[in-house]
Amino acid sequence: MVLAADRAALRAGLHVGMPATKAQALVKGLIVKDAEPAGDTQALERLALWALRYAPIVAADPPDGLVIDTTGAAHLHGGEGAMVKTMVERLAASGIAARAAIADSWGSAYAFARCAARPVFVVPPGESAKAVLDLPIAVLRLPKDMIDALRVLGFERIGELASKPRAPLTHRFGPELGRRLDQALGRLNEPIVPVRPADLVEVRRGFAEPIGAAETIARYTSKLVTQLCEALEAKGLGARRLDLLFHCVDNRIEAIRIGTALPVRDAKRLTRLLCDKIETVDPGFGIELMSLAVTLAEPLSPRQTISSLIEEPETDVSGLIDTLANRVGESRLYRFAPFASDVPERSVQRVAPTAPITGETWPDHWPRPARLLPNPESIETVALLPDHPPVTFTWRGVRRRVKRADGPERVFGEWWKRDAELIAVRDYFQVEDEAGERFWIYRAGDGEDPDTGSHRWFLHGIFG
Amino acid sequence: MNAPAHPVVAELRERIQRLESGPARRRTTLPFGVKEIDRRLPGGGLALGALHEVAGGGDGVIDGAAAALFAAGIAARTRGKVLWCVTRQDLFAPAIAQAGLGPDRVIYVEAGDEKSLLACFEEGLRHGGLGAVVAEVARLSMMASRRLQLAAESSGAIGIAVRRWRRQTEAADFGQPTASVTRWRVTALPSTPLPVPGVGRARWQVELIRCRAGESADFEVEACDAKGRLAIPSDLADGSGEKEFRRRRAAG
Repeated sequence: MVLAADRAALRAGLHVGMPATKAQALVKGLIVKDAEPAGDTQALERLALWALRYAPIVAADPPDGLVIDTTGAAHLHGGEGAMVKTMVERLAASGIAARAAIADSWGSAYAFARCAARPVFVVPPGESAKAVLDLPIAVLRLPKDMIDALRVLGFERIGELASKPRAPLTHRFGPELGRRLDQALGRLNEPIVPVRPADLVEVRRGFAEPIGAAETIARYTSKLVTQLCEALEAKGLGARRLDLLFHCVDNRIEAIRIGTALPVRDAKRLTRLLCDKIETVDPGFGIELMSLAVTLAEPLSPRQTISSLIEEPETDVSGLIDTLANRVGESRLYRFAPFASDVPERSVQRVAPTAPITGETWPDHWPRPARLLPNPESIETVALLPDHPPVTFTWRGVRRRVKRADGPERVFGEWWKRDAELIAVRDYFQVEDEAGERFWIYRAGDGEDPDTGSHRWFLHGIFG
Repeated sequence: MNAPAHPVVAELRERIQRLESGPARRRTTLPFGVKEIDRRLPGGGLALGALHEVAGGGDGVIDGAAAALFAAGIAARTRGKVLWCVTRQDLFAPAIAQAGLGPDRVIYVEAGDEKSLLACFEEGLRHGGLGAVVAEVARLSMMASRRLQLAAESSGAIGIAVRRWRRQTEAADFGQPTASVTRWRVTALPSTPLPVPGVGRARWQVELIRCRAGESADFEVEACDAKGRLAIPSDLADGSGEKEFRRRRAAG
């Protein structure tokens, strides 16, 4: 029987569930491979371990899914939409066609991921229960014969099923139907048992009485971190990413994740980073188990410090970088580094704040404006062609007379990037108006050949 | 610093300074290296371990270009890394490098909103390993500035709040009192005239609007050079240029 088929095979008329002999008869030269359910499960587990980089609570959802609890993890990757988009793109790059959805509960996210037209679908918070009503009942995670029986009764959509009295349905189909329905509607909580790598460094602490106060959580966090650091020291490792999971009495798992720029084994610093985030945890009726795990570790060996007798030691700011990165997100913390390009907006690139210091800087031939507008703004000018600066220009409704000017500085397009830039040219001028304000303006084109640009003028930056 | 007229005044000043700076250490200063400016500042320079405010004048209220370069020049003359907090990034790093603050020294933080920006600013000031922390803020309440000032005092880092607003009308906010030690306004002036057509070294009108234990003053300076230093324009350096100009105006 055909269990899976790729896009080309589907286009040729195959469908899942058809006998393999029939498929072979239908398509000439069909490549048939034996199914390996065990291999598939293992591969899915590996994929779940890979997805741990995005969020602390990840589990494989056999036969073909992953479930990820994105609570408190999405903002570190630029928001929910951006996170799943990059995830799907990464998977596509490694040859896996994936679809993803973010919704309020496991059940609804499962349904949207399989039904939504777009491969990346984010349901606004709180609207899943309403939106899921329009979806077909096939995505309720029920056995196939039950779905068929429901279809015979005339049910097509989840909404139709949800509006019927529950008792007769349960009487006929058993409790499974009601449970799955509640899970899809987000009424019933469904815990995710997180996947754990085999060589995980993990410490746990169970409580006889559930705890809930922030101070108590902080105290036990500190104890766990101390234990963990000892375990890391024995292995010669430093933590790059820590997950602190709280197993609550009502069967939920809350999680805190922190990342560090460099491997760290400093208990005080790690405790501080974790305790910064305690306020995001909702203990509910209490926490009965805390587990702290290093999901990403790197070797860390003791280093000799520079004596102040020889030279003044450069203070280490990686602690500050970690604190800020966990607060605003890693991508929002960066240094600018030179990039070999004459086009101004391409001459800077963002690098990680802990990137090695190169000592490189930009060429200092011409003054550069302190502020660069994200998009050059069109200005009205009176200017002599081909190589004179404007006499006057109007920007944002204010007309300015140019008193002094410098230029042109010609910037050629980068033909290796886009075909349109093959002969494109910009002529930059630094102009100063009567009040002394200095602007960086350019003309698209060389002033003679219309192919090189539109010959319109733009304001690109403001000098101080 | 002006020589005190009376020993009693000097003693009182010293006592006030002791009360203000706490038990930890004597506050030191970062001189501009321009004696006309340093003379006007208590201690002969910009106080380290303190909060300073810089805003632009005219259109600089919105773009804050000159103010950012002024702050970069100050930060360039400190030791250690510099944290620069913004809400939306439109700084052009090559210009900051031209003001003496190389790309290896500046770490940028893009905070989502003003609240987290102030939190990052304070965190940076409290850390102690940074030379300077610069933040581009619009609204700075008395309480927020007081927190920042205390954080700066505890670590000795210099904090510079580049005040920048979305609209010209909001700039009236700059009149509100804050706990910062000095308050500056930097306005672009026509550049230094060259003997040939072209734009010379930029000039600024730097106004010291408020200064704790000092008096306000105005300076006309040439913008930061590649080491972050300001300079008094040579045609004004001895004051004769201005005087001559006035005389000519009076005559004509």
